[in-house]
Formats: sequence, structure tokens, C-alpha cells
Amino acid sequence: MPERIAVVEKIMGANERLAAQNRRQLDEAGVIAINLMASPGAGKTSLIEHTVKALRGAYDIAVIDGDVASGIDAARAAEAGARAVQINTGGECHLDAVMVQEGLEQIDLERVDLLIIENVGNLICPAAFPLGAHKNILIASIPEGADKPYKYPGMYKGVDALVINKVDLMPYVDFDMAYFQRGVEALNPGLLTFPVSCKTGEGLLAWQTWLETLLS
Amino acid sequence: MHELPVTQALLDLVVERAAAAQAARVTDIYIEIGQLASYVDESVQFYWDIISGGTAAEGANLHFQRIPLSIQCTACGRSFQPDGRTFDCPDCGSERVRVRSGEEFQLVGLDVERAAQPRTVEV
Repeated sequence: MPERIAVVEKIMGANERLAAQNRRQLDEAGVIAINLMASPGAGKTSLIEHTVKALRGAYDIAVIDGDVASGIDAARAAEAGARAVQINTGGECHLDAVMVQEGLEQIDLERVDLLIIENVGNLICPAAFPLGAHKNILIASIPEGADKPYKYPGMYKGVDALVINKVDLMPYVDFDMAYFQRGVEALNPGLLTFPVSCKTGEGLLAWQTWLETLLS
Repeated sequence: MHELPVTQALLDLVVERAAAAQAARVTDIYIEIGQLASYVDESVQFYWDIISGGTAAEGANLHFQRIPLSIQCTACGRSFQPDGRTFDCPDCGSERVRVRSGEEFQLVGLDVERAAQPRTVEV
């Protein structure tokens, strides 16, 4: 007769333990890491370019770029002035803690202040795979529509800050900001939010200032 | 499509727990999946059938218990499951609500067989 063993254990515990190990490695080297997540086209790479250009004078910045294929994003980050490492996930729809660990091995962390991890463009999977970053940040964008918190609640629930990109498109797109923010507030009360436009530069100073506070 | 690494994590955990319990075979596995966890049962099962081969958990039945997204209104206290369009309280209309459950993704039980006992075989 089979017998029942009661276990209550998180199935993703192994990834979480590795993420904690990544965090220790970052802390020992004095590196602050942020994990940028968003749907494809929301503006992850554009935000990284702006951030690197704004902060590179004062800080050493590294970027780990996760993509299914291609090195386009890492090339853009490098051009902006960061040390960039591309990780091609080979079809995997998210970065996990192991891939980030491999990325960390390619970076001289002692020479880095800020590590930006650009996750694979996806609003579902990255939420399930903590990487060890100090802050998990979601970039939403106006053309995606205001219903995304209701459709991808797992992603909105788990982040530490929200960037709303492409606010310059508000006049041209039906985006119910109050409806969007009600959904966000229900899932993640008091979530720190930065409305920005990577095109016009609007709002980016507040974002930069917040990062500088994390780095100080 | 992230079910493959998730299923691998499940298999690793089950095999580890089965070995710790000195089980010869795992027959049934009980899993709680919250609605926010975004995993598809059929997809986990699909990968399971492929990757569990040759382990102590080969062919085990996976039992999924779905935990719906449950939201509680902080104004009137009512708990409800949102209709997918809004999270506002259906009773009092308040938008001051909190998520109560739906993030779970955990292994909650295993049925195992201990090392095979000698038994009489009728011929």
C-alpha cells in the first residue's frame, strides 16, 4: 500500500536558493542589481540606454541582457557605455538564477556599481524566477493598454517599482490611467511608480534620482 | 512555455523527498497551483511524462489543486474572486482591496511505496 508523505515545499525553491546565492555574491562585491521585466517592445532597452548615459559618468554600470536569440540589446547597452553581457536563453522565455550566475561569471563585479539585468520580453514567466536582484522592476507602456494588471496579475504583484513608459503617447491612445492604477493598487499597494517617456525624456530624472539613492 | 524548467524543479524535489523517505517508488504527487502562478496543468503533465522516465517517480500521477485568485475588500471585508475585468469589490464598489490567495505553487504531498516486500507469487 502506498503511504502518504506530507510535504509543503515551494516547487521553485531551487531557483530561489540560487537567487539568494547571486544576491550574496552581489552584496559582497558591493553591486546593486535591478531586474527589468516587461512585454516585448515596452522599452526595456531604451530605458537602459537612457539610464546608462545618465549615470555612466558617476558609476560603473554592467548589463546582463537576456534574449531568446541575437545580441542586439547587449550591443545597444555597450554602445551607451555599459559593460554588456548577452545571454541567449535558447528558446527559454525568461532568465533564471542559473543563467544570471553564468552572466555574473563574465563580469568583474569589483569594478561595477550598478548591474542592470534585462529580462526576456514576457509578462508571465519572469515573475516566477527570482534572479537575486535587489529590485524587481516592471516596465509597462501606454500602447499595451490599461488592462494589463488584470491580465497579468502575477507580474504586477511581485515587483518593487513600476515604470510607465511612452506617456508621450497618452493623447493618441485610449489608455484609462485610473483603471490601470486601480488594478495596480489592488495587486501591489503603494507601488512606487515612474511615468516616463524614453522618447521625450519626461519623467526620467525621477527614475535616475531613485537609482542614485539605491546606489548611495 | 516555462513549464519545462518548472517540471524539472518539481521532479528534482520529488526525487529528493522520495530518497529521503527511502521510498522505492512514487505513485501520486499532490500540487497546489495558485491562479497567479500561471502554470498549465496539461503542460506540466506533458513534460512530466517525458522527464520522469527512469526515476523513482516514473509514471506517477500528478494531482493539481487549483487555488483561485481571492481578493478581500478592506472597506467591507468581503472576500471574492474577481471577474477578470476589475478588482473592485462587487458588494460595496470599493477599490481598496488586497490579494488573499492565488500565488501558491507548492508540493503538498506524495504517495510512496517503500522498498518492495518479498511476496508469494502464484503460478
